[in-house]
Amino acid sequence: MPDAAHAPDRIVLEAEGVSRYFDVSRPWLQRTLAREGRRTLRAVDDVSFAIRLGTTLSLVGESGCGKSTVARLAVGLYPPTSGSIRFEGQSLSAARAQPDLRRRMNMIFQDPYASLNPRWRVQDIVAEPIRAFRILRTRRDIADRVGQLLIQVGLSPRDGDKFPHEFSGGQRQRISIARALSSEPEFLVADEPTSALDVSVQAQILNLMRDLQQRLQLTYLFISHNLAVVRHMTDQLGVMYLGRIVEYGPGEAVFTRPRHPYTRLLLDAIPDLAMMGQSQAPVGGEVPSPIAPPPGCSFHPRCPLANERCRVERPGHTRDGDVLVACHAVEEGRSAP
Amino acid sequence: MALLDVLDLSVEFPTRRGILRALDGVTLHIEPGEVLGVVGESGAGKSLTGAAIIGLLEPPGRISGGEVLLNGRRIDRLPYEQMRRVRGRQIGAIFQDPLTTLNPLYSVGRQLLETMQTHLALSDTEARRRAVGWLEQVGIPAAAQRVDAYPHEFSGGMRQRVVIALALCAEPVLVIADEPTTALDVSVQAQIITLLKRLTREHGTSVMLVTHDMGVIAETADRVAVMYAGRVVETGPVRDVVQHPSHPYTDGLMGSIPALGARVPRLRQIDGAMPRLGAVPPGCPYNPRCPRVFARCMQDRPGLMPAGATDAACWLYGPAHA
Repeated sequence: MPDAAHAPDRIVLEAEGVSRYFDVSRPWLQRTLAREGRRTLRAVDDVSFAIRLGTTLSLVGESGCGKSTVARLAVGLYPPTSGSIRFEGQSLSAARAQPDLRRRMNMIFQDPYASLNPRWRVQDIVAEPIRAFRILRTRRDIADRVGQLLIQVGLSPRDGDKFPHEFSGGQRQRISIARALSSEPEFLVADEPTSALDVSVQAQILNLMRDLQQRLQLTYLFISHNLAVVRHMTDQLGVMYLGRIVEYGPGEAVFTRPRHPYTRLLLDAIPDLAMMGQSQAPVGGEVPSPIAPPPGCSFHPRCPLANERCRVERPGHTRDGDVLVACHAVEEGRSAP
Repeated sequence: MALLDVLDLSVEFPTRRGILRALDGVTLHIEPGEVLGVVGESGAGKSLTGAAIIGLLEPPGRISGGEVLLNGRRIDRLPYEQMRRVRGRQIGAIFQDPLTTLNPLYSVGRQLLETMQTHLALSDTEARRRAVGWLEQVGIPAAAQRVDAYPHEFSGGMRQRVVIALALCAEPVLVIADEPTTALDVSVQAQIITLLKRLTREHGTSVMLVTHDMGVIAETADRVAVMYAGRVVETGPVRDVVQHPSHPYTDGLMGSIPALGARVPRLRQIDGAMPRLGAVPPGCPYNPRCPRVFARCMQDRPGLMPAGATDAACWLYGPAHA
């Protein structure tokens, strides 16, 4: 629980109308020969959210929906094409220019085999942010701190002498978490932190992340394609489709009563242990290319509720209780509860 | 008689540091028309079991013991040419990544034709007619035109539909589907699972569904075999294995899956990780992680024994303990 000294409702990260486009045109000569124009991929399109201190915001969606791009925008790995991201009340670019603020955000990546330098010992990997931000100076202090961090993530201080290849996938992800914690951050972005892991190991990492959140009052931006994992982790939830957040609200409100047809589709499509032997009627179609998204509401070609308006006019967000939904059918009351 | 009987199957890989036993006495069977789910974590040997059954072990991997019987006939020692005729004609295969299954240089129609004409005596026109029919059955729109398209012209979900058509077009009695939906998004996964279930039921084909996703198994399979460290540790009807698992590993595995329906404060977790191939402990391979371990588990290796509604390889259900 946050104490009185920290304002309990302090917003750590806030995104307002953030978009990120990528130029995916072919090289100039080929483009000219084929007489085609430039092509832009709208990876993230007018996305807004706010994350409060000590809570978790999850973004969920299928491949190509832009959730990983949001993760990278949130730590400043990409600048936004338009819109603003604020960290601790300052613009992200200004915050990142100050080492004192920059060290307070960090990231955990999906693939623990690619995100750890295979030629470095674990102690050097974990100590890197401590050295880079000059948090501790003496060799002795750094070694002690690395030992503490390794204990905190469930490893042994002696593991610091080893190389990453000596560890299993789950242990490597623990090393990534220790590295992310070593700069004493308050805000962590986790991009699919368990999707490369087996379920029994996934449970270990999810439990660890929640324990650490409570103990260190961490704020998470949690990116995943797995709704069951998200339900376990999240306070606030954003469902993304083709670069937009189509439904946004408290996780329990969205899970117990999904409003957007896409959220319903996702929840129905997941094979769940409780669904034994039941056949669902899956919605047809696949996610269209974000380079040429359908006009109007980008979900309309797959939506059972789509009508003429959905094909032409892009829906804005309407509020229903605590939940924001971008859907004409919900706005007009055409969707059955 | 079971359609497929795998008896005490072992597979080993000779390496510089000695022989690694990747499968160690796998026993399972599949009845006609049945869907058997084979589930386990990475390295448990589930894909290897499928590869050994269809004779596609990568050298230097080799079958070092046991038997594979299809309709009572041994197929694990067939010469290459004979095995090639079993593969495709009697046992079809669906793999995880449709792009590696399909030949990018041939149109999908040509690949279907080739498969059918290798195994069935069909004229060119009849084979082409059937190829279009198969594409329609797997839900490819405008199949008559798309039959001449190349794999890169299809989306990921459509490609996996083509792969299903390829696996079924020679009318095999058994299909081995190895992680058929792992590379796909959830909404497409649901489509493919539904399609696979419908087609195999219509054609009376048995399925061995290999996956790490217990949810897919729960929705699709009739029976389950749970694998751990190269062995089958529990097998039984899907409902019993999911709801009343007998083996402590299966129990831990079920508890560690986050449920969509409700939020729990803490997931049950299995500490540690599956042992590496060279370092499987004596006795029960699960003994270092098992919360209910006792003396016998450290010495004797348990075989499958009756444990409630399922069979489990666990001494908790052994004669002395029960």
